[in-house]
Amino acid sequence: MCTTCGCGAGEVKIDGDDAHHGHEHVHADGTRHSHGHVPGAAHEHSHAHSHDHVHGHRYAPVHSNAAPAHSHAPGLGAKRMVQIEQDILSKNNAYAAQNRQRLAARGIFALNLVSSPGSGKTTLLCKTIELLRGRQPVTVIEGDQQTSQDAERIRATGAPAIQINTGKGCHLDAHMVGHAMEKLELPADSLLMIENVGNLVCPAAFDLGEAHKVVILSVTEGEDKPIKYPDMFRAATLMLMNKCDLLPYLSFKVDAAIEFARRVNPAIEVIEVSATTGQGMDDWLAWIDRQAAVARPAA
Amino acid sequence: MHEMSLAEGVLQLIEEAARQQEFAKVTAVWLEIGALSGVEVEAMKFCFDAVMRDSIADGARLEIIAAPGTGWCMQCSMSVPMKEVFGECPQCGSYQMQVTGGTEMRVKELEVA
Repeated sequence: MCTTCGCGAGEVKIDGDDAHHGHEHVHADGTRHSHGHVPGAAHEHSHAHSHDHVHGHRYAPVHSNAAPAHSHAPGLGAKRMVQIEQDILSKNNAYAAQNRQRLAARGIFALNLVSSPGSGKTTLLCKTIELLRGRQPVTVIEGDQQTSQDAERIRATGAPAIQINTGKGCHLDAHMVGHAMEKLELPADSLLMIENVGNLVCPAAFDLGEAHKVVILSVTEGEDKPIKYPDMFRAATLMLMNKCDLLPYLSFKVDAAIEFARRVNPAIEVIEVSATTGQGMDDWLAWIDRQAAVARPAA
Repeated sequence: MHEMSLAEGVLQLIEEAARQQEFAKVTAVWLEIGALSGVEVEAMKFCFDAVMRDSIADGARLEIIAAPGTGWCMQCSMSVPMKEVFGECPQCGSYQMQVTGGTEMRVKELEVA
């Protein structure tokens, strides 16, 4: 099992290719990765990192205080304590930092779109790409457990897209996204949209290197989703309330949904949209422009 | 949430430490899990045993160090305990809360042989 991706060996596919062939490559920041991979077998990575941030190389040599009977007997069978003090997600976070650095170096503004399945993420994305045509180049990384249908829908709009299939995995992680970024030729000063696996739970914890997470809640869902799945709404900067054209036919209470979202995340911004009718899309595009201007250092 | 991926992350940190510090067997693992981290301790225990099987930490004892949830209430301007990420202030009932502690999920230390 690939312990970086948290997915079964050989199950992660990027545009149909195995994400982890035996290969070596050098990242933009000089980090060298080499991957060995035997299909169906346990998966091993060896990474020679040249990070200058704290990450896996900061162990106190030996720490022996909590095992009194054995702590000063280093001989055979002796137990000792080893201090680790590392965040469980530190590996992912290091890859995310690397992605973020690479994106920033080229002025690319990246958003991580998260929601439950069926909220209309892909339709919203297609509509967004159409509206940005001629204004801003957009590339897309699509995450799904299986099929490349979403990437094909995006490509039909003319935007370059790459599909990551996570196999059994329930979320994208920064390592997969880093690989996908290498395969996609991201134009400088472009917009990168990462459509995460439809799941309101796991993607909340995995930083991909994006500038912001944008959570999409469609009005055909329950208005209490933000308090049922608080981690995701807490991680997001913006909530897009999609399918608002259907409001007249539903008992969904917009104010209640916003109140629940703010209960979890007092700072969350909210835009009501409909990818079908185009309602609110101007506000959404203006939000992207505003945030991208903040994220990109003044030229 | 995804306790299985997290357990795999734990194993990866253990294996990395084993390479660097040259130990061959892990007999106990201390994890610090915050009350607001979204980690279900029971699920973590279950996944931990499954993921550690046939590794250098096969059969290792899992010890959980619980970290309490704390938040800053913007109304009261003080630090208060929090039970949930969307919990209200126990002093004034406001939801204008900023989580300040309890989101930890860390591998603290290992007992190795």
